[in-house]
Amino acid sequence: MPRLLPLGDAAWTVEFGDGIDLATHGRVMGFARTLQAAREDGGLSGVIEWVPTFRSCTVYFDPLAADADALAEQLRELAAGAPQSAVTGRRWCIPILFGGEAGPDLAELAAAGGLSPEAVVEKMASTVFRVYMLGFMPGFPYMGGLPAELAMPRLATPRLEVPARSLAVTGELCAIYPVASPGGWRLLGRTPLTLFDPRDVAAPALFSPGDEVMWQPIDAESFARLEQEAAQGRLYRDRFRVAPEAPWPS
Amino acid sequence: MAVVIEVLEGSTGTTVQDAGRPGYRSYGVALSGALDPLGLACANALAGNRADAAALEMRLQGPHLRVVGGCLRVALAGPAEASVRRVEGRVLALPAWHSITLEDGDTLKAGVIRGGVAYLAVAGGIDTPPQLGSRATHLRAQIGGVEGRALRAGDRIDTGDRDGTQDGECRQAAFVHEGGPLRLMLGPQENHFTPDALRTLIDADFVVSRDADRMGIRLKGPQLAHNAAAGEEIVSDCVAPGALQVPPDGQPILLLADCQTVGGYPKIATVIRADLPRLAHLLPGDRLRFALVTRAQALSALREQRAKLESWLAGIAPYRPAGDIDEAALYSVNLISGILFDNGFGKGDEE
Repeated sequence: MPRLLPLGDAAWTVEFGDGIDLATHGRVMGFARTLQAAREDGGLSGVIEWVPTFRSCTVYFDPLAADADALAEQLRELAAGAPQSAVTGRRWCIPILFGGEAGPDLAELAAAGGLSPEAVVEKMASTVFRVYMLGFMPGFPYMGGLPAELAMPRLATPRLEVPARSLAVTGELCAIYPVASPGGWRLLGRTPLTLFDPRDVAAPALFSPGDEVMWQPIDAESFARLEQEAAQGRLYRDRFRVAPEAPWPS
Repeated sequence: MAVVIEVLEGSTGTTVQDAGRPGYRSYGVALSGALDPLGLACANALAGNRADAAALEMRLQGPHLRVVGGCLRVALAGPAEASVRRVEGRVLALPAWHSITLEDGDTLKAGVIRGGVAYLAVAGGIDTPPQLGSRATHLRAQIGGVEGRALRAGDRIDTGDRDGTQDGECRQAAFVHEGGPLRLMLGPQENHFTPDALRTLIDADFVVSRDADRMGIRLKGPQLAHNAAAGEEIVSDCVAPGALQVPPDGQPILLLADCQTVGGYPKIATVIRADLPRLAHLLPGDRLRFALVTRAQALSALREQRAKLESWLAGIAPYRPAGDIDEAALYSVNLISGILFDNGFGKGDEE
């Protein structure tokens, strides 16, 4: 059974484990899906929103509109009846320009793992990453699945400015910085796609928790072309979706 | 045509805020919104608006503004005062907890914000374009408000249509927040701390440091030691305004409205909802204490606060604005105090 932890008087954190792994996250997403169904049935009055993370899901509520103890009981019941693993997400194949100015840490990361830069790109491009959660800044996806040979700690001194749309790794995680920001992850490449668009009220972030992602290496010329399309607002996200049953592009 | 506010002088502490942007935290979007929602509600009521209409939140120093295109009723709430210069040259004081109607061309200059935060509401509300359902400015993500940033000279800010008739001016006594220790509920990660740390949290004084902004406030005090078995860091989970997170140095950080949605430091306790507005008024050097309360106590505190606000709103009364006053004396109050808040929160807030 999950643990219910109070995050003050207006939120419950429903915790399914304390690690970063697919099994724990599957339970988190199964619970989130159950919450969505309960809300659609009108059964979560006073609940404002919920936020899935690596290992837990926090449910925010208005303590004047919902009885906290009754809600806790309901959350326990919903968790007990939730699927133990849920693949709720969409699948994406996202173009990346690896190395060079776009990925200034590629060579160092390769050397640290005793690999060639080409071998690192090959590993990155043959791995399916899972979006565990969004956080740090709007649209920043924490993705798991990084092969162990590519694990490196954060930079001792973070960069003052990581360029927007940089593909970065640290530890066993992978992410893309949606906008320029200070950051200590290792930069391997860059995507021409926009990760966060506040004008899109229904789905402002490209990725959602539970999504699966593969990287498609592209050359500088394709990157420039796609970046220009993006600037003109013609680079539609759906072009990079992979159908649920389709094989991943090789 | 709606009335426009021209910004003559900006202020790094002045942003557009409303009740915040719930519903997008799973996309990594901070809640944001007024640090003191009670102050926002009071200013809005005096200006004839709904409690959650967008207004200007002022910290440190208020802006200098001009009204263009018609008359506009404005109201001030919080530890501040403003001066109004009529287009023909007369100068009037606008004390806090009062409204005044500005004519086309009149200017308003808000002085030093003596406490943590004050609100300037305008009839019809600030009408910057909503983003993700809210006009609240989130500086770090650069969304909401005026291009996601603080007010700058040259900005032109739309105001909304006023509903109902323009009544006379109104005022109320100051809305006073509760005093006493800040009330907390333990958790979610109190098990990451030693029994000594839990006692210290309640027994010791903490001092507000200069590291303070809309994301959070670093406190200084005796070290809150992590329990060696549980560790100094956690697998990141959700954080919320009011959470008291403790990095490895044992000096707690109180999170505020613009805090990130997730974080990797254990949270020893969380300030209850009723006391979140008080956090907006903490200033560097202030000493504070914490007290633990039960969930039932937290709920009664919130209900009492709601009732107190209702009663304050019901007590709003009409008044006639004062006449001319000494201009030189008024402008002499607009001296900045020299307090600076500008920082990030280092490790744990960087990725």
